Amino acid sequence: MKDAPGTRDYDWWLIAILAAICALGVVEIYSATHASNLAGMHIKQIKWLLFGFAIMFGLSRVDYHLILDQALILYVVCLTALAAVLVLGGTRFGAKRWIHFLGQDFQVSELAKLIIIIVLARFFAEVRSDELDLRDLLKAGMLVGVPLALILKQPDLGTALVLVPMLAVGAFLAGLKWQHAGIFTLAGVLLVGAVFYPPVSKHLLKAYQRERITSFLHPEDDAKGSGYQLLQSKIAVGSGGFWGKGFGNGSQNQLGYIPVRYSDFIMSAWAEEQGFKGVLLALGLYMALLLRLVQNAQRAKDRAGMFLVMGVAAALGFHVLVNVAMVIGAMPVTGIPLPLMSYGGSATLFVFMAIGLVMNVRLRRFVN
Amino acid sequence: MSYSFHSDNRLPQTRLAVVSYIIVGMIGLLLLGFWKLQVIDSDKYGQMAEQNRVRSIPIIAPRGRMLDRDGRVMVDNRPSFSVLLLRDDPKLVEQYLPAISDGLGISVDDLHDQLQNTRNLPKFQPIVIKPEASSADLDFIESHRSDIPVLEMLSVSRRRYLPGGFLGHATGYVGEASEQQIEASNGKLRPGDVVGKSGLERQYNDILMGTDGMRRVVVNSVGKEMKDMRLTEQEAIPGKQIQLTIDYDLQQVAEQSLGARPGAVVALDPRTGEVLAMISRPTPDPNDFAVRIPKEEWRKLNEDPLHPLFNRAIQAQLAPGSVFKIVTATAMLEDRSIPESFTTFCPGYGTFYGRQFKCWVYSSKKGPTSHGSTDLHEAILQSCDVFFYTIAMKLGIDRLSFYGDKFGIGHKTGIDLPSEEPGLMPSEPWVERVFHRKWYAGETISVGIGQGAITTTPLQLARLIGGIASGGDFKQPHMIKDAQNVADEKYPLSEHTVERITEAMYGVVNEPHGTGTKLKLAGIELSGKSGTAQVIGYDTRNRFGKQKKFEDNAWFVGYAPRRNPEICVAVLVQESGQHGGEASGPVARDIIKAYYDKKNRKTQGTVTAADHGPTPVSDAAVVAPVVVIKPQGLPAAQTHAADDKPEPQ
Repeated sequence: MKDAPGTRDYDWWLIAILAAICALGVVEIYSATHASNLAGMHIKQIKWLLFGFAIMFGLSRVDYHLILDQALILYVVCLTALAAVLVLGGTRFGAKRWIHFLGQDFQVSELAKLIIIIVLARFFAEVRSDELDLRDLLKAGMLVGVPLALILKQPDLGTALVLVPMLAVGAFLAGLKWQHAGIFTLAGVLLVGAVFYPPVSKHLLKAYQRERITSFLHPEDDAKGSGYQLLQSKIAVGSGGFWGKGFGNGSQNQLGYIPVRYSDFIMSAWAEEQGFKGVLLALGLYMALLLRLVQNAQRAKDRAGMFLVMGVAAALGFHVLVNVAMVIGAMPVTGIPLPLMSYGGSATLFVFMAIGLVMNVRLRRFVN
Repeated sequence: MSYSFHSDNRLPQTRLAVVSYIIVGMIGLLLLGFWKLQVIDSDKYGQMAEQNRVRSIPIIAPRGRMLDRDGRVMVDNRPSFSVLLLRDDPKLVEQYLPAISDGLGISVDDLHDQLQNTRNLPKFQPIVIKPEASSADLDFIESHRSDIPVLEMLSVSRRRYLPGGFLGHATGYVGEASEQQIEASNGKLRPGDVVGKSGLERQYNDILMGTDGMRRVVVNSVGKEMKDMRLTEQEAIPGKQIQLTIDYDLQQVAEQSLGARPGAVVALDPRTGEVLAMISRPTPDPNDFAVRIPKEEWRKLNEDPLHPLFNRAIQAQLAPGSVFKIVTATAMLEDRSIPESFTTFCPGYGTFYGRQFKCWVYSSKKGPTSHGSTDLHEAILQSCDVFFYTIAMKLGIDRLSFYGDKFGIGHKTGIDLPSEEPGLMPSEPWVERVFHRKWYAGETISVGIGQGAITTTPLQLARLIGGIASGGDFKQPHMIKDAQNVADEKYPLSEHTVERITEAMYGVVNEPHGTGTKLKLAGIELSGKSGTAQVIGYDTRNRFGKQKKFEDNAWFVGYAPRRNPEICVAVLVQESGQHGGEASGPVARDIIKAYYDKKNRKTQGTVTAADHGPTPVSDAAVVAPVVVIKPQGLPAAQTHAADDKPEPQ
């Protein structure tokens, strides 16, 4: 290809931020697990990260237009895989989310997120007008709605919810009318209200989901269930103070009071040991990452590239928001990991593939 | 290159900028949340984290021991283990209950009850589910440490008393503090603390009880102790030991001599007020209460008609019978209104105020049924009722109650034991106050021989006889050696009176006509007075109901030597069916003989305390250097109310 990009076209700032966040994660995974029977988990995470970087570079070499061209096929593959996992998938913790592939268990919904980003980018890129009319909006809603329903069926509320901001951000950038934006925001508020209102929520949510919401609202009533998790997380964060208790010294972390302290609640462990100053560093890096993504979107060669990048930004931003808010007790437990810091194979790979798409767009910004 | 779709390059820059601002705002909000937790509320969460990781396990302070006057151990401690249930995690507890029930042999219902009863205590405070763990229980806990993480052993020390209730009523027993005690302690006591419930254990609880320490350990989220993380320990301060005035040797003789008969024995040193021996029968074994007494057992003890929990030595208020004749005789001599040579003729009964009063001799089964002509000395020797009926009539109730009151009847002696009873000295003001009627002159006749409404405790009689023989010097009885502030009540009697009375009491034992002549001891001036009370006192009648077995109380109060005695022993034997001299006299004699035997051996230098140490207390009952705690003062003896008592003219 005449436009084969050179190495200096990569977004090295983005890669540096990425690497820094990953480093914080590895350090905290080590601190949280080295004294337990999970010791050595940080090495596994490093392997995933290296694999992730490789995939990211690999994916950046394939022109995203080529990928967008296959959107329909990808969409069908996505729906098929989601349906397959419901039929064939292994059940863990009462949910069917995993499919066994190449000696590893993969969460199909992670792949689904990536494909929906691609499908939405393709869809919004093809909307011609500057303003998004209601019919196109409904079509986009349908595109997202089917996989969302399948993921909810697993059930995996957390991942399903991630699809919503992708749609919202995409629609907003595609020229969503302000009055439509208002109506949908209102609808969203009503839906959230309904979820928190027991007489309505019992028709919408599963028992364990309602329990999480109740224990979020009244953590003291459920001192050992998910209310306990939230409370212990808050105790960990709060007791860290401004300066933190120091690496390996967090009692909440080391003694196992923080639930899944190496994964979903890793921010809690980090905040306990590194204090507010550490939180400032971590959230600063995440903000830099997200703003860097927006900047890449602003410099994209075309709308398709921009939608692709912003889909990634929406997904990552939502992950950070929901996970960190949960850690400080401001949102219920949803099971959404913190991108790049939480331990986990599928989730890590999703982030790197997503960033790979962003890199892809960036490399082609000067190409005509 | 062409693709199946077309995309233009008009980018919505404004909206992208809006997204940027939303990102910054979002991160800002999250940081605010962290600021609230980590800076504003940091202290609160810091404390919660500390509560999470630190578990406090009490270290029980051993109670102080009790030693006898020679330093021999009377009450000791033995190590034991209690099983604690950690309740931090109710779900875990619920999950392990069946396994715990199997392993420790406690029913699940019982465990549920215990959890229910303690549900108001803080969750981090473990509860004792089995106060006395067997070695099998300890093995069970040790081998299931990892799979049943909610059990813990607590090292405690239990009270060990001499077996068979030896000295049991004096020492009392311990038990878990009641709610009232906890409230009254101003935060010093906590639920589950072991405190003295009766006797010396209760009286000197503050000295005997130490201060529990606290072991602080780090625990992880499933309650497992982190051995490698040590925290500061607050050491337990052991309780202080007390040395009693009790003489183990005399106590042992007393226990054996009284045997299993219901009754009481008090041996005093009238020179100091020191109690040398104290017994009450029947007696429970306080070792049974050292752990936790089952409710059923406790109910049985309380409902037993023989009242084994009742310390008769200080609580039995009974008619003193003929022992009281010493008071009547002393009143007669001190009052001087009746000539000393006064004699009566006893035909076996006398008629006063139109009613016939029998002399005990009238219904005696053998020998004469009358005393014939008797003077004071002979009347005391033979315990002639008719003589004292006459004296009582001549003196009147005012004089009798004046002297009875002066000699301590109707007043607590102030011994350092809880729940002492005062007895009752009837008087005209008393019937007016209590029964709102006039005194019947006929009542005086009965009181003159220690019958009717008059009641005394064994301790009061020992103090009274010892005091009169000491010339009217009444020392406050007490149980703690080298006690400070021993009250000393004096009602100086004339030398002549003391001489006449003590001569007569010497005669009771040493002259052929005496009621206690069989008690005579070679080389010892054993003196005393017997008494056989046929009826029980007003108060006691109400308490016990009218039961035949309580209608016959045999008294003997013996002392030696004749003047200024060194030892005075009051003995009460109930339901003996025997005369006071026969039933109770030998007990007093045995104790006094043992006292002199020991004294003689001591002066010959052949005996040391260590030779005679009681063996049963403890394998390691080393007689430690005695560090005796001197209590600040004995409880104040009740001072005699000088309100309604006429002064002697």
